[in-house]
Amino acid sequence: MNTTVVPVATPPQAIPKASFDWKPVLLLVGLMLAAIPAIGSTSSWITLTFAGLAMGLIIFVIASGLTLVFGLMDVLNFGHGVFIALGAFMATTVMGGMAVFADQGALQALLAIFCAMLVAMAVAGGVGLAFERVIVRPVYGLHLKQILITMGGMIVGEEIIKVIWGPLQIALPLPEPLRGAFFFGDAGIEKYRIVASLVGLAVFGLLVWTLSRTKVGLLIRAGVQDREMVESLGYRIKRLFVGVFAAGSALAGLGGVMWGLYQQSVTPQIGAQVNVLIFIVIIIGGLGSTLGCFIGALLVGLLANYTGFLAPKVALFSNIGLMVAILLWRPQGLYPVTNR
Amino acid sequence: MTANLLELKGVHTHIGAYHILHGVDFVVPQGQVTMLLGRNGAGKTTTLRTIMGLWPASKGEITFRGQPLNGVPTPDIAASGIAYVPENMGIFTDLTVKENMVLAARSARHEGELDKARLTWIFGLFPALQKFWLYPAGKLSGGQKQMLAVARAICEPRALILIDEPSKGLAPSIIQNLISAFRELKVQQTTILLVEQNFMMAKALGDQVAVMDDGRVVHTGAMAELAQDTSLQHRLLGLSLGAHA
Amino acid sequence: MLLNRILSHDLPRSRWLALALLIVLVALAVAPFAFPGVKALSVAAKALVFILLVASFDLLLGYTGIVSFAHTMFFGIGAYGVAIASTRMEPGFAAVLVGTAAALLVSLLLSLVIGLFSLRVKAIFYAMITLAVASAFQTLASQLSDFTGGEDGLSFKNPPWLSPSFEPFEAPFLGVTIDGKIFTYYLIFTVVVVLVLALLRIVNSPFGRVLQAIRENDFRAEAIGFRTVVYRTWSNVLSALFATVAGALLALWLRYVGPDTTLSFEIMLDILLIVVIGGMGTIYGAVVGSALFVLAQNYLQDLLKLGAVALEGVPVLSQVVTPDRWLLWLGVLFVLSVYHFPTGVVGRLRAARRRD
Repeated sequence: MNTTVVPVATPPQAIPKASFDWKPVLLLVGLMLAAIPAIGSTSSWITLTFAGLAMGLIIFVIASGLTLVFGLMDVLNFGHGVFIALGAFMATTVMGGMAVFADQGALQALLAIFCAMLVAMAVAGGVGLAFERVIVRPVYGLHLKQILITMGGMIVGEEIIKVIWGPLQIALPLPEPLRGAFFFGDAGIEKYRIVASLVGLAVFGLLVWTLSRTKVGLLIRAGVQDREMVESLGYRIKRLFVGVFAAGSALAGLGGVMWGLYQQSVTPQIGAQVNVLIFIVIIIGGLGSTLGCFIGALLVGLLANYTGFLAPKVALFSNIGLMVAILLWRPQGLYPVTNR
Repeated sequence: MTANLLELKGVHTHIGAYHILHGVDFVVPQGQVTMLLGRNGAGKTTTLRTIMGLWPASKGEITFRGQPLNGVPTPDIAASGIAYVPENMGIFTDLTVKENMVLAARSARHEGELDKARLTWIFGLFPALQKFWLYPAGKLSGGQKQMLAVARAICEPRALILIDEPSKGLAPSIIQNLISAFRELKVQQTTILLVEQNFMMAKALGDQVAVMDDGRVVHTGAMAELAQDTSLQHRLLGLSLGAHA
Repeated sequence: MLLNRILSHDLPRSRWLALALLIVLVALAVAPFAFPGVKALSVAAKALVFILLVASFDLLLGYTGIVSFAHTMFFGIGAYGVAIASTRMEPGFAAVLVGTAAALLVSLLLSLVIGLFSLRVKAIFYAMITLAVASAFQTLASQLSDFTGGEDGLSFKNPPWLSPSFEPFEAPFLGVTIDGKIFTYYLIFTVVVVLVLALLRIVNSPFGRVLQAIRENDFRAEAIGFRTVVYRTWSNVLSALFATVAGALLALWLRYVGPDTTLSFEIMLDILLIVVIGGMGTIYGAVVGSALFVLAQNYLQDLLKLGAVALEGVPVLSQVVTPDRWLLWLGVLFVLSVYHFPTGVVGRLRAARRRD
C-alpha cells in the first residue's frame, strides 16, 4: 500500500460536496406559485404572500429554539409556550413605557421595538436558565416525565404571569409610525410585517452562520447526531445544553414580542395557543433540523394566509392537513436528522 | 520494565439488571499494543466503554497514569489523553470529513488551526480522507469511515487509544492499511488497546494480549507466546480462530 | 374472598387507602340524601364523571405509558353524541342509546386511526400529534354550528325518567324529593362503579400485564414476541371508549354540551394533574384524586378566599393566595409530584403502610 507522504494538505476543489436536497424548497416555491391562479389577482397574492412569509418567519423564530433543544438534548419542552408569553408580556410593559417616545417617528418606533426585543430575550433567557435547572434537568432522558413536568412548568408559569400582569387580555398596539402599509399599486404590504420579516431573516441567518461556521455550532450539530461520541472526544456537552436551552428560550421570548405586535394584543393563554402551532411546525420540519423548521414555518404561514383568504372554514385545519400530507411523503419530516 | 499506563483491577459492570463484567483484571503497558481478544459477548466492548466512563463500573479500580478513572465523567477521561474509536465508529454522518476532524482536534477552532504536519501524515496513511475532505462523512464507504474514525483519534497526540474491532467488515487491503497505520503509531510511542476478532491482525500488531470470556479475563501474556501455541489458541478462542486466518 | 374477586385481586393494600376509598364510595352513594342542595349534588356527579374519565386515562398513561392529549376529544364525542341525538330525534332513551352508540363507534374508529398511524413513532411525536388533533377537533366543534351548536352548544331534554321535572313520589324520601335528577345521579353512579371495576379487571388481566411490560421496556416486550403496536392500539381504543361513556354521562347530567364543557384544554390539564397527583398506574389514584380534585375545585377556593381576605394589602402574597390562582398551587403540587412523588397519593399511602 502507498505509504509515501503526500506533501500538500490543501483540500481539492474538484470533488463535489454534498448535493443539497432542494425538494422541500421547491415545495415552498410551488405552493406560492400554485396560489397565484387560485387567488386570481396579483395584488392580493402579493399582500397575502408577504403576510404569510412574515407570519412564517415569526413562527420560525419561536420554533427554532424548540427544535434545537429537542435535537440536541432530546428534551421536548411542552412548556416552551411560557417563554413566548413572557416575551409578549414584557413587550407590553416596555412598549407601554416607551409609548410616547415611540410615536415620535419611525426611527424611535423601531428603537422602542428593539428595546422590547432585547429586554424580552434577556428575561426569557434568564427564566430559561432557571427552568432548565429546576424543571428539566431532573428529568433528562425520562421522556414521560419530561412531557408531564414541562407541562406543569407551563401551568405554573402561566399563573405567575397572571399574578404579575393580571389574567386579562392586554392591548399591544403598534407605535403610530409603524402602522399602515406601503402600497405598490393595489398590493398593500404592512410596514410592521416588513420589520418582522427582516428580524426573522436575521435570526435565521445568525443561526445558520453559528451552526455552520463556529465550533459551538459544530458541537451542536454533532451532538444532535451522537451525544456520546462528542463526550468521548472530550467535550462537556452537558454545559452546552444549558446554553442552548437558554438561547432557545430567549428566541421564544423574541418570538413572543413579534407575535404580540402582530396580533396587537396579548393574553396569558398565548403560550398554549402558539404551542400547538409550533409543534406542528417542528414535526413538519423534522425534529432537530433548523432548515426544516424554517421551511416548515414558512409553509404554515403561507398556507394559513392563503386558506384564510380562499376558504376560511378550512383554514383552521390547514396546519393539520399539511402535517399529515408531509408525514405521508416524509415520515421523519422535511429534513430528517439522522440520529444514532 | 515498562510502566503500566492503564490498569484494571477487579472491575465489575452492571447494565440495568445485567451483570456483564465479573471482575476484569489486566494491564496495558506503556508504548505497546495490547490486544483484547475473545468471542462475541465476552465483554470486550463493555470493558472499553467502562474505561471511557460511558458505563460506570460498579466495583473495582481503573487507573490511568496512576490516577483513578472511576466516576470521572467521560469528557474528562477523554481530555486526560485517551482517544476512543467505538465499534460503530461514531462518525458524524451529517458533518463533512473536515468538520469531523476539526471536532476531534480539541485545540482547533477551525480548519486553519489544525496541525498541518500531522494532517499531512494522516493523509499519507489514509489518502481517501484528503480526497473526500469536503464530503459529508455519511457518504464514505465503510472502510473510509473506519479510516476517518482512526484519523480522528490520532489527529492530536494522545497517550492511549482504545479501538473496538476496526477490521469488522473491511476488505483485506484496507485492513493492511490499518495495520500500517497502527505500526506507525507504535513508532511514535502511542499506547494502543485494541479489541479484535481478526486473529491475523492481532498477531501482526499485538505485543501483549488479554483474552476475555464471560466477563472475565482468562489469559494474559505476550502475543508471541499465544501466536505459537495453537492448542492454547484453540482453547481460549474456540472455533472463531480459523475463520479469520 | 368476594371482595378480592370484585376488585380483580387488586386490593388497596393499605389501611389508609382502603379507608379513603370507602369514604369516597359511601359519600357518593348517599350524596343526594346526605348532602342536600343543588351544588353538592352537582359536585358529586362531576366527581363521578371525572373518576371514570381519569381512570380511563390512567389505563393509557399509568399502565401503558402513553401520553395522549386527545382524551378530552373522546370525552367530547360521547357528550356531543347524546346531545346531537337528543336534539335531532325525540328526546328519550332511544335517543340516548343511539347517540351513545354512534359516539362509541366514532371513538372506536378515531382511536384506531390515531393509534395505528401514530403509535409507531416516538412517544413525544405521538403526544404532539394528539395535541394537534384534539385542538383541531375543538375548533371543528365550534365551527360546525349547524351540527354542534357552535360556540353556544346544544341544550336538550333528557329521557322522561331522567328529567328533573319527573317526580314520581309525592312524599319526600329521607328528607329529599325524589326527582329525575336523582335517578340520573344514580344511573351515573352505577355506570361509573361498574366501569371502574371493569377497568380493574382489565388492568389485572394478562392483557394488562403485557401493557405494563410494554410500559417498562417496549424493546424487550417486542423481543419476547408481543406486537407492541397491537397492544398499544387496544389500550388506546379501550381508554377512548371509556372516556366516551363518561362524556355521555356528563351530557345526561348537564343536559347541555358546549365546546368548553368537555373539549377544553383546561380539562385535559385537570386530568393530567389528577392522574399524576393521585398516582399513575393504580386506578385507585384516579378515584381518590378525582374526588379530592373536584372537592378542592369547588370548596378550596372558598378557603383561598379566606386566605386572601386575611392577606389583603400584603403586596405579593395577596396576589398569589387568591382563589383565582388556585391553579398555580395545583401546578406546583403537580411538578413536585412528578419529580418527588412519582407514585402519587396512592403510592404514598401504600408506602406508609409498609413502614408499619
